[in-house]
Amino acid sequence: MNINVRILTKSVAQQYAFKRIVTFSTKPTQQAAAAAVPQQQEVTGSTVRRPIVPAHYRFVYPEFLPDPKVEWRNTIREKLERLDMLDRRRQIELPEFYVGSILAVTSSDPHAAGKTSRFVGICIHRERCGLRARFILRNVIDHQGIEVVYELYDPTIQKVEVLRLEKRLDDSLFYLRDALPEYSTFDENMEVESLEEGAPVPVNDIKVVLRPRPWLERWERQNLLGVANIEQYIKDKHRKSSEKAQKPWEKYDLMKQYRATIPEEEQKEIFAEVHTELHTLELQRKRNKRKRTFVKPKHLA
Amino acid sequence: MAQILLRNFARAGNAALLTKSSNSSSILATSAEPGNCQLHTTPACCEIRKLARLRVVDNSDLGKRAMAEGRPPRCIHVYNKRGIGLIGDKVLVAIKGQMKKGILVGLKQKQRMKQPQFDSNNLVLIDDNGSPLGTRIHVPIPTVLRTILKEKTLAKGADYTKVLAIASRYV
Repeated sequence: MNINVRILTKSVAQQYAFKRIVTFSTKPTQQAAAAAVPQQQEVTGSTVRRPIVPAHYRFVYPEFLPDPKVEWRNTIREKLERLDMLDRRRQIELPEFYVGSILAVTSSDPHAAGKTSRFVGICIHRERCGLRARFILRNVIDHQGIEVVYELYDPTIQKVEVLRLEKRLDDSLFYLRDALPEYSTFDENMEVESLEEGAPVPVNDIKVVLRPRPWLERWERQNLLGVANIEQYIKDKHRKSSEKAQKPWEKYDLMKQYRATIPEEEQKEIFAEVHTELHTLELQRKRNKRKRTFVKPKHLA
Repeated sequence: MAQILLRNFARAGNAALLTKSSNSSSILATSAEPGNCQLHTTPACCEIRKLARLRVVDNSDLGKRAMAEGRPPRCIHVYNKRGIGLIGDKVLVAIKGQMKKGILVGLKQKQRMKQPQFDSNNLVLIDDNGSPLGTRIHVPIPTVLRTILKEKTLAKGADYTKVLAIASRYV
């Protein structure tokens, strides 16, 4: 599914050479894109029968991959966590979403009048792994910017709906805090915009317009693709300092990349473990959805 | 202000006649600023402590005028033992040369899971009995406030739950 997107975003990835390494990137590196296809064929050709894990799983279920930090690794804990995550996924549908998608989260809230609260917003960040995986939603309600942090596997969450499934050009959209409010304003009664089945997740290449300085962060140093008017507000001294802060050698630092990511073999092992369960859950959900949408005609002619 | 302007004009008059018009216009432009500009020399503070600037979000006359003038209230005391205001805490603010009490109804600071974090530090002005000075809050307020303010209202003390009654929306 995502292979088409990969080819589309290949040119984007090339521009992206100076970007720092992130675990939760929605965009694969070039090597990964090239490696994904032949290795799958290898698996099918081999005599040992193993479940074929689709290559897009690392983007759909990024929280199943543990934190690559060596001091924090503990294979037994990770395994147990994965079991717990699957248990939770059997109870509730946690759909595929990315940074830039618009979500509606319904959670039980003992303080609210109806004991539930629903928040609609754009996902500006996804972080952490395992049961601690969380995301930040942002919206502007009554001209007031509001952000809420949710844990994906929080048992008090009742429903997660993806209202618009899409990606943005950047890995986190914290710059929306400094952008004009219309770029993070979303209607609370928005209808679900469904994609065709099997279609690649579209990349929204919208460029947001920033407010004048002072900003919350030095956006000029972060090589953002989704910002239109950064040049308008920065002076020569900012340009110079941001040039100094660049780390163009990082893309050649293989060890850094190795330490910041889970190796492919390990990823395959992890997803082979959970793949069958996730796949059956997906199929079940699809069947249920079809059941719900089909309306039996009451009167014939 | 008027004196400064007059002095500037006099100086401009003393200068060469050719440059007079351009000089005086630039002086006018610069001297008109300080009265109504949004310029502050301190950065925005994420924590509510003494001298933190706040934003009045109710429709009280005092609050509206202070915000329109670009002179937002400053916190001069936080009524808790830590000295750092959290959501639902009572604060004393200096607003337009007066001292008023207020309740914090939205913070920029990192909040707990599932509780909203706002883009500005919001305040609702109240009097000593806990009844708000305005009649409406024009931004959403977090639902946790319902519990917090109910807990803070004691039988014979101030009744803070009146603030909840004027809220237009919860989030």
